[in-house]
Amino acid sequence: MLGQRLKSFGVWTYVTLLYGFIFLPVGVLVLFSFQDSRLPVMPFKGPTLKWYEAVLSDSRLVDSMINSLMVALSSSLVAVVLGFLAAYGLARMHLPAKGLQRALLTAPLTVSYLIIALGLLIMFNALGVPSSLWTIGIGHVVINVPLCFAIIYSQMGDHQINIERAAHDLGAGDMQTLWLVTAPMMMPSILASFFLSVTFSWDEFIIAFLLSRFDVTLPVEIWGMLRSGLSPKTNAAGSLVFLISVSLLILAELLVFRKLKKQ
Amino acid sequence: MVAMSLWHRISGKIVATWNLDNYIEFFSKSHLLKALLNSIEISLSVTLISVLLAYPLAWIIANRVPKKWQRLALIMAILPFWTSYVVRSYAWLLVLAKNGIVNTFLQNIGLIDLPLAIASTRYATITGFVHFFVMLLTLTIYANLRQLSPNYARAAADLGASGFRTFWHVILPLSLPGIMVGAFLTFVLSIGDYITPKILGGSNELVLPQVIMLQIGRRADFPSAAAMSMILMAVVTVAYIACAKWLKMERS
Repeated sequence: MLGQRLKSFGVWTYVTLLYGFIFLPVGVLVLFSFQDSRLPVMPFKGPTLKWYEAVLSDSRLVDSMINSLMVALSSSLVAVVLGFLAAYGLARMHLPAKGLQRALLTAPLTVSYLIIALGLLIMFNALGVPSSLWTIGIGHVVINVPLCFAIIYSQMGDHQINIERAAHDLGAGDMQTLWLVTAPMMMPSILASFFLSVTFSWDEFIIAFLLSRFDVTLPVEIWGMLRSGLSPKTNAAGSLVFLISVSLLILAELLVFRKLKKQ
Repeated sequence: MVAMSLWHRISGKIVATWNLDNYIEFFSKSHLLKALLNSIEISLSVTLISVLLAYPLAWIIANRVPKKWQRLALIMAILPFWTSYVVRSYAWLLVLAKNGIVNTFLQNIGLIDLPLAIASTRYATITGFVHFFVMLLTLTIYANLRQLSPNYARAAADLGASGFRTFWHVILPLSLPGIMVGAFLTFVLSIGDYITPKILGGSNELVLPQVIMLQIGRRADFPSAAAMSMILMAVVTVAYIACAKWLKMERS
């Protein structure tokens, strides 16, 4: 009895400590975004919203937030379409060297973003393409296509082939089948990879940092704020980003994973 | 796209004929080699610590938490995942800084007189990384543990194994493939990261990605930055081969 109790005491202590560790930085971040003083350190002085006001009235921060959203949404859309088509082609058509193609498509997942960014930077320099939001978007497409491909490909089971065949037998062309039958069937994994891509792109720093010049994305702007040292304003901006990401997550959970579970 | 970037990188931008010199330079300069060693040391310790911390948590969630609450427990365990990368490191800086929470707390309870210098050391970098990867590993190991059939544990118990022996000889070996996948991800992602060491580790002890960024930012020396990237990729490849071999052995 005593042994059991000691054991479960140990278990719950461990869990509490680890959850504490996991939430410590977020807690501190959010708490000191309400700090009524110039420094986000102890002691905590009364809650205030003035730093949120400062963030929302900072036009550069708001602009970068809009930039981030635009880049995230459009690059994810492109990445999902490309990933879906690649998955469809490799799963349904007879192509040469399928294994190699699949390996080549998923290999970039293990390459550091820094190296991808560097490769893109050198390439854009060589081609004479100036850095802009477009180059960042292309970079994010590059990192997200393998991810979308992997997710959608893994869900493209053989059992769906029969449904596609039935569509063909009923007189549907290839494009019609793809658009009206396959795509809707794959919708849960398409949406899942879209949301994942959006969160990855929204959060991505190093590619956005190296491939941007005047128009920057939010992580790069926050990076710039860090140079001036600790400030509750950075806390407020960070807390807002966290809030937006979590809302995206909840949206995804409600829209996608419920559906996945039902299937 | 990747193939193209590789090609450009290898041929170098300014002097196309001097390929290997960048590599020779890298291995002949001790501070550059030191950065590589720092990177490997930090990533290995991060991987080890993260696995050791995450495994028990994943196990507890999978086995001790009622089914109804497991999903919530898991989501809670990985919620801070969704703070932005830059912001998360900054938050750890708030915790670990000279006048941060940890030092204030330790001074208040009288354990130390002067604040500890944790920020701007490799320990801060490791803490930041471990925080991130504990969440990731909890997720992957949990998924792996859930896939194991409870029959294994029952069979072991029927054969007279104690709880601990069942775990050590049955559950742990069965979940090793999942651990290795997570560990490989941890190693690869942490060794290639620039943000966390830059914000938390400062510039006393550089890691390889920081050196690469220095080459680009300060000196616009693309060829040597590219050479270092290739070295970084080589390390990742070695890690991949090590893990792949190991996983195959596990299966046979």
